[in-house]
Order: sequence, then C-alpha cells, then structure tokens
Amino acid sequence: MELTGAEIVIHCLAEEGVKFVFGYPGGAVLNIYDEIFKQDKFQHILVRHEQAAVHAADAYARATGQVGVALVTSGPGATNAVTGIATAYMDSIPLVVISGQVPTPAIGMDAFQEVDMVGITRPCVKHNFLVKDVRELATTIKKAFYIASSGRPGPVVVDIPKDVTAHLTTYEYPKSVHLRSYNPVVKGHSGQIKKALKLLLEAKRPMIYAGGGVVLGDAAGQLVKLARKLGYPVTNTLMGLGGYPASDKQFVGMLGMHGTYEANMSMQECDVLLAVGARFDDRVIGNPDHFTSTPRTIIHVDIDPSSISKRVKVDVPIVGNLVDVLTEMNKLLEEGGKPDANALKAWWSQIDGWRSKLCLDYITSDTVIKPQAVIQELWRATKGDAFVTSDVGQHQMWAAQYYGFDKPRRWLNSGGLGTMGVGLPYAMGAQFAFPDAQVACVTGEGSIQMNIQELSTCKQFELPIKIILLNNRYLGMVRQWQEFFYNNRYAESYVEALPDFVKLAEAYGHVGMKIEKPGDVEGAMKEAFGPGLKNRLVFMDFITDQSENVFPMIPNGKGLSEMILAEEL
Amino acid sequence: MKHIISLLMENEAGGLSRVAGLFSARGYNIESLTVAPTEDPTLSRMTLVTSGSDEVIEQIIKQLNKLVDVVKVLDLNEGRHIERELMLVKVKATGAYRDEMKSMADIFRGRIIDVADGTFTIELTGSSSKLDAFLETVDKTAILETVRTGSSGIGRGDRILKV
Ligand SMILES: Cc1ncc(C[n+]2csc(CCOP(=O)(O)OP(=O)(O)O)c2C)c(N)n1
Repeated sequence: MELTGAEIVIHCLAEEGVKFVFGYPGGAVLNIYDEIFKQDKFQHILVRHEQAAVHAADAYARATGQVGVALVTSGPGATNAVTGIATAYMDSIPLVVISGQVPTPAIGMDAFQEVDMVGITRPCVKHNFLVKDVRELATTIKKAFYIASSGRPGPVVVDIPKDVTAHLTTYEYPKSVHLRSYNPVVKGHSGQIKKALKLLLEAKRPMIYAGGGVVLGDAAGQLVKLARKLGYPVTNTLMGLGGYPASDKQFVGMLGMHGTYEANMSMQECDVLLAVGARFDDRVIGNPDHFTSTPRTIIHVDIDPSSISKRVKVDVPIVGNLVDVLTEMNKLLEEGGKPDANALKAWWSQIDGWRSKLCLDYITSDTVIKPQAVIQELWRATKGDAFVTSDVGQHQMWAAQYYGFDKPRRWLNSGGLGTMGVGLPYAMGAQFAFPDAQVACVTGEGSIQMNIQELSTCKQFELPIKIILLNNRYLGMVRQWQEFFYNNRYAESYVEALPDFVKLAEAYGHVGMKIEKPGDVEGAMKEAFGPGLKNRLVFMDFITDQSENVFPMIPNGKGLSEMILAEEL
Repeated sequence: MKHIISLLMENEAGGLSRVAGLFSARGYNIESLTVAPTEDPTLSRMTLVTSGSDEVIEQIIKQLNKLVDVVKVLDLNEGRHIERELMLVKVKATGAYRDEMKSMADIFRGRIIDVADGTFTIELTGSSSKLDAFLETVDKTAILETVRTGSSGIGRGDRILKV
C-alpha cells in the first residue's frame, strides 16, 4: 500500500492505540492535519498554546500509564513545546512529541519557522529523531513509542520535515523493533535481591522510601504487599504519593523539603533503607553530606542504573523493573524469614514519638481562610478519590501534604522541573483520560495565569474540571523564601492587578465562585462538586491567608533532621 | 584520575553532539574526543579522555550507556590497554635549530614530514604524555604550531570492543 508521510503518521498512531492527540496546527504540519481531518481513529484536542498540548499529553500518560502524544508545528510551535518536554523528561513520563519541520531542502537555510528542534531538545528528551526519508517514518515512529515507554520512560521527539509528509512510500507498520544499542534491563539480579531481603530482615530501624518509579512502574501493589508483610514504615516522595496509601498506619507521610517530621527523622535515623524508584534528589534528602553522616545500609532498586549511587553511595544496588524485583522479594519472604519484632516495636515507638509532634497541625481561623483547610475540605468533598493536579508553589505543597492519596496515578504535578502552569493542562489530560472522574486543579494566582488560556479549550470540550485557586495575592513560595532568607524583602513576589477570576471564568463560559470566609468553604466545595455543577468547570477563587507558610521546611542545603517547624516560630 | 573511555555508537547524524552535549550538560570534563567510523560503517568508534573521581567516572559510564544510540562502552583503564595520539608539530629549523630538531625528532622516534627553508614539520605518535614530553623538551620559542588528534585507545590481547 502506497501512502503519503502524513497518512503514515495517522496509521502509525492508530496502530499504537492512541486515543488523543493534543496539538496545534501550523504550516509545517498542514499535511498531517489534513489527514487528521479525514480520519476517525483518534480525537485531536486543539489547545490554545503548544506548551499546554505537551502538558496535557503528559498528564494523560501520568494518569493512564499510556504514552501521551502531542503534535506541534515547526519553529515557534516547536519551541513552545520545549517546556512541556523538559517537564516530562524530569519526571520520566512516556511521551511522543511530533513536530513539523521545514522541508528537507530548506533545512539550514534559516527558512521561515525553522528551528533546530533536534538540537534544542537533545538535553531534555530520552531520544529524538529527524526523519529525512519517508521510508524511515513508520519504523521511526515505532521506535519512538518503544523507547518512550520502555526502561525508564521519557519523552521522545520525532521531527518531520514537511516534504516528508507529502512523499509516498509503501507502508507497513513493524510489529516490533529491535535496537542493538538499547536494551533496558528488566530482571533484577537474584543474588542481590536475596542479599537485600536478608539485610532488611536483620534491620533494627528499617525504612522504605518509595518514589515516583513505583507509580510509573505500576509497582504499588507489590510495594504494599511487601511493606505490610514486613510491618516497616513507608515514606513517599512528592512524585511517589499514592504509591503507598496515605491512610495506612505504616505511612509516615511525604519526606523531603516539606516532608513530615516523622518521615524525615526516620529517613535520617534508620539503619537499613530500602529505596525503590527514587533518586535521593536535593529536594528529598537535602544536603547529601549531612544525610550520609549518619551511617546506614542502603538498598536501592531502580530501572535506571545511572540513578543508583549518583548522589549517595549505595550498598546494594538492584537494577531492574520494580514489579519484578518486588515480586521476587515477596516470594522470598513467603518462603521464610521474619523481621526482628522487638527491635521493630522499639523503632515504631520512636517514630510515634516523632509523630506526636503533629507537624502538620496549623493554627485554624474563623476570620481568614487557611489554605490547608481548603485542601482538607477538597478531600472530604471528593472522598479522597479525585485526580488532583497542581501547579508549583505553596499550594502544591499543601495539596501534597493534606490531600491523602490512597491510589497511584491520582496526584499529577511537576516534581522535577517544577513548572508553573502545568496545573490546568494536567487537569485536562486527566479529564480526557477519565471523563467521569472528579478532577481538581489546585493552583495559585501566579501559576494559573501561566496557562489560563486553556479555559477556552476546557469550554470547547466541556471539561468539568474544578479549579481550586488558593489566592494569597503573592507568589507565595517565593515570598516564603524571602521572608525566611531575605529578611522580608518581598522583591517582585506580590501579584498586583489580579483579574476578577469570577468574571474571567464567566467570560470563558464557565462558573466562577469567590470564597472569602472560612465558614463558606465547605458549602462552596459541596456545591462545586455537587450534582448541580457536575458537568461544569467551576473556578473557585479562595481568598486565603496571605502570610501562611509551608511547614515543616528544610532550608536549602541543610540536612533532613534540620527542619523548621511551625511551632518554632 | 585520567580515564580513557572507548565507545561504539550508531553512526548516525548527531551522535557526536549527543556525547559532547552530555559532557557539557553534566559538567564532566573532557580532555579529548576522537571519532571515526569503524570497519562496519554503521558503527562509529569514539575515544574520550576524561578525568574525575571513581564516582564521577562511574556516572560518566552509566550516562553514556544511557544514550539510546550508544551500543557499548568500555573504560580502557579497567584493564591493559594501549593509547596512541598523533601530533604534527611545526618547529623553527634555522641555524642551530636545524640539527637540534632533527635529533629531537629521532630521540622521540618522530619523522620529519615536511622540510622548508626555515621550518620542519615533525610527525610524532605515542601516548599523550610522550607528546607532552616532546613539547616540554624542545625550546618553546622554536615551536610554531602544533596539531594533536587526541588519544585513541585499544585494549591489549583479547580485550576486544566489538558488537
Ligand atoms: C515557570 C516558572 N517560573 C518561575 C518559577 C519559580 N517559582 C516557584 S514557586 C513560585 C510562586 C508561585 O506562586 P503561585 O502560583 O501564586 O503559588 P503560591 O506559592 O502562592 O501557592 C515561583 C515564581 C517556577 N517554578 N516556574
């Protein structure tokens, strides 16, 4: 069968089972768009800015585990996509981004809307391709999906010059591809797994530290099984939330810069640490020298060998697919072996001591809305079962701390790159993936304005997202750092000339609400999530306490046990 | 410590920039880098000379392996190996220099490959430190120009890097 390059793109995406393509047209991709017009295999979602297309595709991948797909034109379309690609890269999200390129003879001629997309994205993709020959198009797309979704996942860019989309070739979609240069490890080393389990069973103060890899690797089930059987404390990173149920008594909360006192202290004081799908990054362990000043044995399971012993030297490295490794551990554990019950009891009583600090308690108010209370109310209104997306800032940390996630893939945020502006497009991606689910976007008045134009996309597709704006009239997280570390000099962190968000929401055809009193929070939340507004996007502008800070906090460069607690100020 | 890292990668456009980009993005130091296709034209062989602590070298190897186009990576320093670099050096060859340069070339087993009125061009191969030694030994003011290829390396005996 002879097809044009553009037709081939459509066929390949259909073969991959793609249901949604998030994109924005332009000259270099018009042939592809013409074929999109003629097909009914997948739905194209027209966003209002290419950054949002990539974020929405990224969220679709986070929520479903399937590869997200975005399509953008050359030049400015491609550069607009870069923040989205880098965001996905930092969080290891499987994504295929197809970008148009100027025709092959024009490449290098400074042609209209030409940009070296392969060059620009090289440091923030798992891999990228420039397809110069239509005969290589189908195989390249197959490779892109394979690379994006296997091993440690990540975004792959396929840059397609316009003439290639017009050229004809015989089409055949390869069933599989083999790359001699790319063979991700799957099975962990059995000897190492045995050794790890032995160390874990001998531990006096054991700890399980689970990251985003558990969520991405769909290993939550096996993790829970292992942890319950052992009875050990578990902490999640920001990216790992939901990988272990927050409501479980063994869960000590999130760790890291804004982690709980008990999670950070147990992490510091444990004698054997099992790290799964996590990477000891700076926001998690703070200063690595401080962390390693307390001796402990570290077992690290990860699919990516380069994540192991990168920031902290590891004693037992296990490279492998988390599900397989944890399953093997569980099997071994069933065959025999028990933790040291007395030591564990003493360890738990030490942890309970840390817990009794109640580090997430905050001073409630009946005159001004506390942002933490809004998140708790959101949890109640959604029974803890919503997809919650967030932007970046204080509101993100409060959402992470106060919305107890019991399931994986429910919490979508930009942990690695920390990209303000992801919240609304993430909510779109999640809502497209699960049209009947409750999707809430927790945001700040700074962040929401970074992709506010997507309210229009939401209207076009009638997405019933609930936007929870914690409006503190500040770039709150910046203000907090300025308060703590810059002697209250609030340089450019006050957000002036804010729009009337209620009117703004209405202008886009949505429902707007402004909530100013603590007493109105519950009612408003119930109304927004109630049957009356079930099918509507509701933009809830909560006017919150301007001076509230996120606690606990580990100052930059400090160690895990050097937290500032709310009560200390 | 200095390490010589050999790698085989798909001989495709952009391969070199992926490796070079990795080194600059992660702040690894790179003393020299050479690349050329192998007897199998679909593969390129690269030799990288870098230095760093054991931890840094371990990360470099892991990060190189992570590049999708890289087929194999070998730290030559992990075993017995040979290192060779080619240098072309143009020196003054006037008056007393003429004999001195001739004998220096002989001592270092170099060859004079171009002779002109006032200059010689000497071709030298050897380990980088041998080439360094040559440059340190001859009178600095007599050196007009140097070109070095950067090191290439290969394992001794049956240490073979092949697909
Ligand atoms: C694109 C981008 N620019 C800048 C920053 C730096 N930054 C981190 S948090 C923050 C403030 C966010 O303010 P807002 O969205 O109002 O949330 P709040 O902290 O008040 O909850 C800024 C500017 C960022 N993370 N992303």
